[in-house]
Amino acid sequence: MLAFAMPATFSRSQIEAIASLAHLRLDEEEIELYARQLGDILEYANQVQNIDTTGVPPTASVAARHEADRPDTVRASLDRTEALANAPDASLESGLFKVPRVIG
Amino acid sequence: MSQFATIREVRDAVRSGARSAVDVCHEVLDRIEAQNGTLNAFNTVTRERALTQAAAVDASPARRSLPLAGVPVALKDNLCTRGVRTTASSKILEQFIPPYDATVVARLEAAGAVMVGKTNCDEFAMGSSNENSAFGPARNPWDTDRIPGGSSGGSAVAVAAGMAPLALGSDTGGSIRQPASLCGLVGLKPTYGRVSRYGLLAFASSLDQIGPFARTVEDAAIAMNVLAGHDPLDATSAPETVPDYTTALGNSGTGGLRIGVPRALVNEGVDPRVSAAFTEALAAYRAAGATLVDIALPYASAAIPVYYLVATAEASSNLARYDGVRFGFRAGPEGGPGAQDDLRTMYGRSRELGFGAEVKRRIMLGTYVLSAGYYDAYYLKAQQVRTLIRRDYEQAFEQVDVVAMPTSPTPAFRIGERVADPLQMYLADVFTVSANLAGLPAISIPCGFTEDQLPIGLQLTGRMFDETTLLSAAHAYEQQTAWWKAQPTL
Repeated sequence: MLAFAMPATFSRSQIEAIASLAHLRLDEEEIELYARQLGDILEYANQVQNIDTTGVPPTASVAARHEADRPDTVRASLDRTEALANAPDASLESGLFKVPRVIG
Repeated sequence: MSQFATIREVRDAVRSGARSAVDVCHEVLDRIEAQNGTLNAFNTVTRERALTQAAAVDASPARRSLPLAGVPVALKDNLCTRGVRTTASSKILEQFIPPYDATVVARLEAAGAVMVGKTNCDEFAMGSSNENSAFGPARNPWDTDRIPGGSSGGSAVAVAAGMAPLALGSDTGGSIRQPASLCGLVGLKPTYGRVSRYGLLAFASSLDQIGPFARTVEDAAIAMNVLAGHDPLDATSAPETVPDYTTALGNSGTGGLRIGVPRALVNEGVDPRVSAAFTEALAAYRAAGATLVDIALPYASAAIPVYYLVATAEASSNLARYDGVRFGFRAGPEGGPGAQDDLRTMYGRSRELGFGAEVKRRIMLGTYVLSAGYYDAYYLKAQQVRTLIRRDYEQAFEQVDVVAMPTSPTPAFRIGERVADPLQMYLADVFTVSANLAGLPAISIPCGFTEDQLPIGLQLTGRMFDETTLLSAAHAYEQQTAWWKAQPTL
């Protein structure tokens, strides 16, 4: 385990980097607010660092172990028009979701 | 005021022909119309659909004999309903109309229930007060200046105010039990995997579970008979046999019941009025023949930090799907009509304008704890401590049948009191999150009131898939007390 100490506040550039990873735009006020609040929350959460977990396996899921496989059979799925019905921008004729231009 | 009808009373009356389902439906719709302006329990009321479903029950002897014949049900607005707007109380899904029903919705309707509407909640079920809703807070019917709890606040309010005898919520860290406690109701979070989550808008997939709000333990058991069971559409749903939860209630009696009390945990940071009610509830159990056993849950005090690391990590991943492409809100171009955003700007702006402050805060936190360099220190570490919390309970259940704690450390607080301090808000979940982390079933039942008539709840946690013992223990207490009969004055 790496030695670990988090600053109580995040820098502006750290918050911007996290927001970028999350595809979130933040305004000035939010950047300032989250820099402080994330610092506070993580400072509190840091108490887990004091717990000895040597040799303890992580729990990713508490689901009871059982066979979740099923036969690979074709069954009815969502109709294409229905699938497109909630899209903010879709081409119903060609059956596609539309997004802003990606390649110049 | 006459008592609001219970699920069993409605079902029996409709079954015997003493009342029509349409008559029952009109009664609750009238109450919704009269009260919802104040209480803000519903985001959407499905009046026409409800009356049509009720008429279909009345028209068919086969439907009148169903286990929930004519029972009005309110659904948390994060459960997909075919053709009925499902918003998760978020602006980003304000116009979302699901093309399919959640499995629980299909099961309820197949059992004769009548859906009256979609209830208010914290946005994407993130919150403990219902204040994080894009549609304004729901209000506690016991004191409308106070929060009803969250995140399934609207569902709790609906049942507490007689707008439906049954409501569904989802519980990721206490979101059924805490509002049940604060509104004087029975609220059950089933075992992880007991109820299908197909069609539940995911928040934290290793923790989320759907369950009922009702006014009596028997009603919760009747609902569980319909809700529980394997679903091939949810790979985490469990194949374990579903017992008849109502038969277990007949055996109730607390003789021989061993109740674990984690003294160190419950002696700290609890409102004295809650402590007093909790102590009295334990005394009532002991007087009825139960044995109280002091237990230690040494890692339970780490449950809140573990929960907020695990839940936010999973949320940041689950909520990545809301990007303004396939469904939900898309922000218009930054430069106004006619201008063009690039794809990343469109994503960023849609999520900026579509999500509220708490959802963004959790996405940020979750993204950070999963990011390169911090994953081991936060996410992995939290999951290891999660294992220790599970082991705490496994050891406790070698000595006891259920574990008792208060559900919430305080009664309902005032609207606005904690909004500026997210960490303080997170501490509201101190007694509830560990059941989610360990996957265990847990129930909140009414166990008292403050002097100013605010409900207090008792929480019992049981072994995996042992809802039966939980319901039976809760029922035994309920039979000796009258807390559950109290209703708010509206």
